[in-house]
Amino acid sequence: MMPTRFLSRQLVVLSLAGLLGACAAPEISQTINDPYEEQNRAVHEFNKQVDTAILKPLMGGGSGGDGKPGFAMRTVGNFAGNIDTPRMVVNDVLQANPDDAAHNFMRFLINSTFGIAGLFDPATAWGLPERPSDFGETLHVWGADEGAYVELPLLGPSTSRDTAGRVVDFFMNPVRLAVPTPERYGVTAARIVAAMTSRSEYGEAIDDVLYGSADSYAQTRLLYLQSRRFQLGQTVTAEEVDPFALDTEGF
Amino acid sequence: MFPISRRAFMASAAALPILTVPALALTESSAKALVDRVVAEINQIISAGGSEATIINRFEGIFQRYADRPYIAAYALGPAARQASQAQRAAFSNAFGAYLTAKYGRRFREFVGGRVVVQRAQAVKNWVEVKCVVQLAGRAPFDVTFYISDRTGRDLFFNMTVEGVSLLLTEREEIGAMLDQNRGNIDAVTANLRRMT
Repeated sequence: MMPTRFLSRQLVVLSLAGLLGACAAPEISQTINDPYEEQNRAVHEFNKQVDTAILKPLMGGGSGGDGKPGFAMRTVGNFAGNIDTPRMVVNDVLQANPDDAAHNFMRFLINSTFGIAGLFDPATAWGLPERPSDFGETLHVWGADEGAYVELPLLGPSTSRDTAGRVVDFFMNPVRLAVPTPERYGVTAARIVAAMTSRSEYGEAIDDVLYGSADSYAQTRLLYLQSRRFQLGQTVTAEEVDPFALDTEGF
Repeated sequence: MFPISRRAFMASAAALPILTVPALALTESSAKALVDRVVAEINQIISAGGSEATIINRFEGIFQRYADRPYIAAYALGPAARQASQAQRAAFSNAFGAYLTAKYGRRFREFVGGRVVVQRAQAVKNWVEVKCVVQLAGRAPFDVTFYISDRTGRDLFFNMTVEGVSLLLTEREEIGAMLDQNRGNIDAVTANLRRMT
């Protein structure tokens, strides 16, 4: 375990060093910052091909017939989500957000016990839906800029800040440190199934963007940046529209 | 010479109080009342369910009655509107409206069985934002916000966001991509939209 722990420490230090340079106002004036568009578009094409060849066909097999994920997939998805919850609690604490930390901790307790080791999700039904949190958000709370837009192979849309966050999340996950190696592969497999579950759950929405839009790369980018900024509570001044300042003659 | 004639000045002075009659102005409560009506109709649709065609049809009714359609169409077309003739604008607006209701009406089916609850209204600059929450069984509730303006003289919604994703921005991007594909030809985009509905 020594090497990974050392590596994770190094990564935290590295990203913290990057932060100091990036400390700036959280207000964004630029709508889209995409200096790597050419490379991103190539990755997007690759991701789309993977979706067409693997995820989309598999999605039909795992669904309950109505396009929604079936019982087995939902159960595995719940399990992976529950295992991911301690990492969210850690991030909530790092963000000095005791409300969300307590909320997600309660979720973890309820689902680990009443939910039979996280196979079920009674917490959501009892009014404690997940409040997602990640190290990218922690970096944001600490003052880091969003950085450039990037589309990651297999993982999809992100930003340079959120990519750094993903790396830290991966190494920081308490479950990763607690669970021994062979079992850990099971956890990884569960995560992959969980990702496929959400592909199935949001099937039509994802199909619309990937296969129904004129420029799926641009739509994915816009969708990701808008919902991410919303999740972080950011407002983009440039996106505001004045309903009186437009020529609508003839429309 | 005095630049404005006395008669014009008197006329405009007389017109002034009419323009500022408070009953006509958009307020947080008038905007909320509009969204209450929209949401009541939405809840009716999603509790009744029915075929995709029925849902799209009823969704179109909401759009016709409560949306500022010219504004949404003009915004989606963006700067390309400057070169468009009146006839081109009208044709685009028409095709775009049909495309929009078909696209969002289809997605609307996912809300069936759920419920929309109006939360609160907040005045922002010259419009009002009305926040709602959509509750779906087994899922975390999500946010839908309507943007209301009285630009046309009536309270209508000119934008909506779902979890921060704006209809206006999404559609401007989409129409922009179609314009790029058709080398800026608005008629080709209009024909393309017609084919999609």
